[in-house]
Amino acid sequence: MRILSLAGRRLAASIPTLFLILIGVFLLLQMAPGDTVDALMAQMGGGDAASARELRQFYGLDLSIPMQLANYLWRLVRLDLGFSSIYGKPVASVILERLPPTILLMTASLSFAFFFGLVFGVIAARGVNRWPDTLISTLGLIFYATPSFWFGLMAIVVFSVYLQWLPSGGFEDIGTVQSGVWRVLDIASHLVLPTLTLGLIFLAIYLRIMRASMLEVLNLDFVRTARAKGLDETHVVTRHVLRNALLPMVTLIGLQAGTMLGGSVVVESVFSLPGLGRLAYESVVQRDLNTLLGIVFVSALLVIVVNFVVDLLYARLDPRIQADG
Amino acid sequence: MDALKRYFRSPAAVIGLILLLVVIAMAVSAGFLYTRDPLSLAGRPLIWPFSNPRFLLGTDNSGRDIAAQIFYGARISLLIGGVATAIAILIGILVGAFAGYYGGWVDNVLMRITEAFQTLPNFVLLLVLVAVFGSTLTTVTIAVGVVSWPAPARLTRAEFLSLRNREFVQAGRTLGMRDIKIILGEILPNALPPVIVYASVVMAVAILLESALAFLRLSDPNVASWGNLIGLGRDVLRVQWYVSAIPGIAILVTVLAVSLVGQGLNDALNPRLKSR
Repeated sequence: MRILSLAGRRLAASIPTLFLILIGVFLLLQMAPGDTVDALMAQMGGGDAASARELRQFYGLDLSIPMQLANYLWRLVRLDLGFSSIYGKPVASVILERLPPTILLMTASLSFAFFFGLVFGVIAARGVNRWPDTLISTLGLIFYATPSFWFGLMAIVVFSVYLQWLPSGGFEDIGTVQSGVWRVLDIASHLVLPTLTLGLIFLAIYLRIMRASMLEVLNLDFVRTARAKGLDETHVVTRHVLRNALLPMVTLIGLQAGTMLGGSVVVESVFSLPGLGRLAYESVVQRDLNTLLGIVFVSALLVIVVNFVVDLLYARLDPRIQADG
Repeated sequence: MDALKRYFRSPAAVIGLILLLVVIAMAVSAGFLYTRDPLSLAGRPLIWPFSNPRFLLGTDNSGRDIAAQIFYGARISLLIGGVATAIAILIGILVGAFAGYYGGWVDNVLMRITEAFQTLPNFVLLLVLVAVFGSTLTTVTIAVGVVSWPAPARLTRAEFLSLRNREFVQAGRTLGMRDIKIILGEILPNALPPVIVYASVVMAVAILLESALAFLRLSDPNVASWGNLIGLGRDVLRVQWYVSAIPGIAILVTVLAVSLVGQGLNDALNPRLKSR
């Protein structure tokens, strides 16, 4: 329970951060050319100044900026993110519709990067400075330098155009209505390439950290003790080293959550996935500032939640954290 | 010059340096080799690479020379990467130095702001900045710099925290030196090496960020940038995939070069870490 209160305290500490972000971005967006009503009028094909004034009054845009900010924050407390004039419905429901593909994509990429980063990191550390290590480390460097959108495009060329193994975009096949297990398989096949694309750079980061952390732990005294008492090497690695070497990896999940969300903007655009990232891109292009602000809120919230989960996970892996309080 | 010797002993670091020099040479020679505007019409559209000696790397969908765009793109990438990194490091050092040196409420406030920047995904913030200030070369460069400063700030702060109570700093205080002089003249030179090494990471990320933005057509469309070309090639990806493929390799090589040089510098400057 102590760990829960510790993580809870950190969660509470992130609320001011959240408000700081929202106030900052809100003020920033006031400097943007054009407001919701301009976008709305453009959507309707123009209109006269009188109706524009009326609309501004309706949306509360005729108030002073501090008043608007106060209004916005007060609505936010009630989880009302405002109205998207482009999509013609509340921002909250627009975002909720777009959230599942992004969360699915992020979870899949994270699992992919974490698992293979761990495996390759361990292999590299076990054969340090021999050919498996050199090969894996070199590949890691190259993956790190690969622009994800470019990798995605090349993957489409190879796997969708030439080999025709996988679909080149979209979240599911809309031509045929499917249900149950077939739908799951269909969605999964659509997510293979996006997952690889988004996960690649994180795979590179994870394997590098895992390798370094394995090498560090392998030199510690308790590993020598474990070896001295006659445990075989597999046992030493899986039971003694891995658990300790995992700690930096878990920390990294929290640190990289934001980067991953940012990366999904690009990856979702490449594979035309109807997710949060693509929504962010669309709202910039369409000047839907209300939605953009809503996305800022939700993505910051997502990062905070991921960090909360990481805190809990961290304590589970390392009981010493709990003892210190 | 031990560090220099150590640097050249690592093959990866040397390869990185060579690649970086090649990219720099491309940027410098672009003006001599291709005297025409790289974005001007040069020939028939969609000529495959190596099929016409006039266009070694072929032409894109609107008949512009890809090779010329690659050479001029090196300028843009290095320019944006370099300037954005300088901005990020400068802000990072300022914030980190004041937070680390003064501690207390200054530290609290500055770290809250840093945390806010780190909680918001930097690409999302980049989108917001571009939506507000538009996408010219200048605004994009500044925007990339502005989203990249938190990590260098934290690094600088950590260095300052460990240095601020050393004897030489206390000596400076006893001598009655002003704070700003202690920060800039005494502590900063000692805190700088790891921050400078970290600049290579910032630069690699900055180049990737700008190319992603350009790919989404949210960067300056009036300059020859690699990301722009990839975005353009996307329209003809199914058959003429080389239009996107070639600039992607250029980005990969540049980012790889910057990271290798950074890692080489790091190993050369911290020899003890290297030994394992």
